[in-house]
Amino acid sequence: MRLITAVVKPHRLDEIKEALQAFGVHGLTVTEASGYGRQRGHTEVYRGAEYTVDLVPKIRIEVLAEDEDAEQLIEVLVKAARTGKIGDGKVWSVPVETVVRVRTGERGPDAL
Amino acid sequence: MAPAILLAADTPTLSSADTGFMLICSALVMLMTPGLAFFYGGMVRVKSTLNMLMMSFISLGIVTVLWVLYGFSVAFGTDHGSLVGWAGDYLGFGGIGKTDLWPGYTIPVFVFAVFQLMFAIITPALISGALADRVKFSAWVLFVVLWATIVYFPVAHWVWGEGGWAYDLGVIDFAGGTAVHINAGAAALGVILVIGKRVGFKKDPMRPHSLPLVVLGAGLLWFGWFGFNAGSWLGNSDGVGALMFVNTQIATAAALLAWLAWEKIRHGACTTLGAASGAVAGLVAITPSGGAVSPLGALAVGAIAGALCAMAVGLKYRFGYDDSLDVVGVHMVGGVIGSLLIGFFASGEGQSDVKGLFYGGGLDQFWKQCAGVFGVLAYSLVASAVLAFLIDKTLGMRVTEDEEVSGIDQAQHAETAYDFSGAGGGVLASVTAPLTAAGQPKQTRKVDA
Repeated sequence: MRLITAVVKPHRLDEIKEALQAFGVHGLTVTEASGYGRQRGHTEVYRGAEYTVDLVPKIRIEVLAEDEDAEQLIEVLVKAARTGKIGDGKVWSVPVETVVRVRTGERGPDAL
Repeated sequence: MAPAILLAADTPTLSSADTGFMLICSALVMLMTPGLAFFYGGMVRVKSTLNMLMMSFISLGIVTVLWVLYGFSVAFGTDHGSLVGWAGDYLGFGGIGKTDLWPGYTIPVFVFAVFQLMFAIITPALISGALADRVKFSAWVLFVVLWATIVYFPVAHWVWGEGGWAYDLGVIDFAGGTAVHINAGAAALGVILVIGKRVGFKKDPMRPHSLPLVVLGAGLLWFGWFGFNAGSWLGNSDGVGALMFVNTQIATAAALLAWLAWEKIRHGACTTLGAASGAVAGLVAITPSGGAVSPLGALAVGAIAGALCAMAVGLKYRFGYDDSLDVVGVHMVGGVIGSLLIGFFASGEGQSDVKGLFYGGGLDQFWKQCAGVFGVLAYSLVASAVLAFLIDKTLGMRVTEDEEVSGIDQAQHAETAYDFSGAGGGVLASVTAPLTAAGQPKQTRKVDA
């Protein structure tokens, strides 16, 4: 199994959710995050004092997938998240050793 | 506050209209202090919100008690040497009867005393904005007691008390440009020169945590200010209060637009904080001058104050003093501008027939205004710095660096302003108490603050 994590622009969330649902993903976790990459931050002004705000708002999406679905799922996700402008974010995956469904105690791919 | 215009043979009798109006005005001015608390509270970072609110709110408690005991007597009792007042009848409000009239006016002494009390409350609260994030609450409480006693009560006497030196000189201060705003702004400057900067000043971002609170506060200030300004004539028989009311609205609007115009040119955006600040700068500037100028004069006073205060708030970065929420830049500068502009814009058709330079009156009034402005400014600056220095050497003015960085709310008030997290809650102390009793030494104090 693999854990796929995406840090992307907040306004792409709906498109990503729809695309993943169409692909057959049953559940995911979304958290609000902030960060920066090459996009860097923006400038804010308070009574004439200019602040460079490094961290821009992002959302972090986490999805668990079986190994054979992972590559295709990443492609679907990236396509839905892309706007073509700087700051679109990153997607990565890591191997997952154990997954347990809390309610039933099922383990492994059955728990997804 | 000049004497009401009375016909020679008239002895004023109690007017229920004036009395009712003044009671409402007193309530309006009272609302300005919580309004100021929001205005300041929204401008600080999350971790010091409550401390900022409390520094204003506590003044409602402290100054009210002082005022009843002796404050009213010092400010408005019989003059002694043009410097302070004193009247035994006013101590503890003991000798004031409910139908006794304030001399020369149509309202009871009680009404005058409670109206003036609200001014005495908000003035120390104004100072607190310069001291954000870093002053021990106990030191602030002591400072408010001493400052009100040694600075505010006497200065109110100078400016508004029969026999006070500025009053006798003919300095025009309709509602508190010198006694309230220059006084508070200069005091703020004196204190911050003693206690120093916040940790991270000019390095860390110190963004306002809630601009909606700032706008709410500015709105409450603007609303309450009608009572502050129009009420300062103490009655309605001659239309001067109405002129003041109109001029308050005009100058505030002009200053709001002027601040935004400056920002748009300088930074390319009209900010919410700029709009709120501009409004307050206009209110400050029209406070001394609104009874003396025409509506067009008020437009000019507001526009000048809005633009100059927008520029003045940047000076703290150049000179390196941490006037955290710009009490100096808005209240002192705005108060000086409003007070001095009377020397140019006084129309001779408002509260008195005194004319400024632009109305053919020469510079006479301007020099009087200068004396009032710089007399109050210098005394407040020096006396406040000395008070802060003495408290710093005894009680200590500042919290520890650790407490300041991790947040003064928890360190000084044992509270947190906002609980956004469902997961971060604690347990009731009564739940943990038996556990503590079982094995560990019993706590002597409930909180560390």
